[in-house]
Amino acid sequence: MSTDTPEASADNAPSRAELAARVEELEEELADVSAEVGDDNKKMSIISTKGTLDMAYPPLILASTAAAFGYEVTVFHTFWGLDILHEERSKDLKLSSVGNPNMPVPNVVGAIPGMDRMTTKMMEKKIEDNETASIEELIETSLDMGVEFQACQMTIELMGYDEEKFYDGVTTGVGAATAIQDMAEADIQLLV
Amino acid sequence: MSSQFDITETLDVKGASCPMPVVKTKSAIDDLAEGEVLEVVATDSGSMSDIEGWADSTGGVELLDQVEDDDVFKHYVRKTE
Repeated sequence: MSTDTPEASADNAPSRAELAARVEELEEELADVSAEVGDDNKKMSIISTKGTLDMAYPPLILASTAAAFGYEVTVFHTFWGLDILHEERSKDLKLSSVGNPNMPVPNVVGAIPGMDRMTTKMMEKKIEDNETASIEELIETSLDMGVEFQACQMTIELMGYDEEKFYDGVTTGVGAATAIQDMAEADIQLLV
Repeated sequence: MSSQFDITETLDVKGASCPMPVVKTKSAIDDLAEGEVLEVVATDSGSMSDIEGWADSTGGVELLDQVEDDDVFKHYVRKTE
């Protein structure tokens, strides 16, 4: 590029010193912005609110996969989602045979006592036959990969959970503000 | 298959379904050194698209090849950094 100064408009053109100052100013600004967005770690934030067997899978599958992609993942569990973090209950999550028109039984039959247990057994068998990972396996794998599981303090107390019964490594003592902060910083936010 | 690379480790995820092939591939790659090649052997047909997508979006890995052989899907991933 030529360094010749163009002859026109010499009067109102900024001086070399002014330009240099402006460049310096912009460089500082850029450095600040880079520092802010600088950590190039991608982040994902999931809010997990459901504790049925079918609704426990999506957040765990996405969390572990995102971790494999190098995302920093937090999963904030609230309401029935807390059951997924409960070591015993997570192994005994149920499928609801009512409320889902795609179930093989009509709602009126699904509402008969014992039907949830039956449809859950059927699903568990399919999971086993298909060698789909268990909920426990997905949680352990996710924890190994650095996924942070958070248990909402308000719903722990509201629903009377014993924190000792959660998987080791689950973060407690967090609330909606923590979730909002994670979501604000995340590249992907999901409510399940 | 004529491979122009040496396989360092083989990860057998036959039988495992989504998301395990990708998740285990990532863990196995973490244990390799730069330049080493991981062979992933899967039966999940979704692994063809999943491992390709994973390798594409993940820094430090290069997908060298993917081969389908009699319902077995083989993936070759090099750790590049």
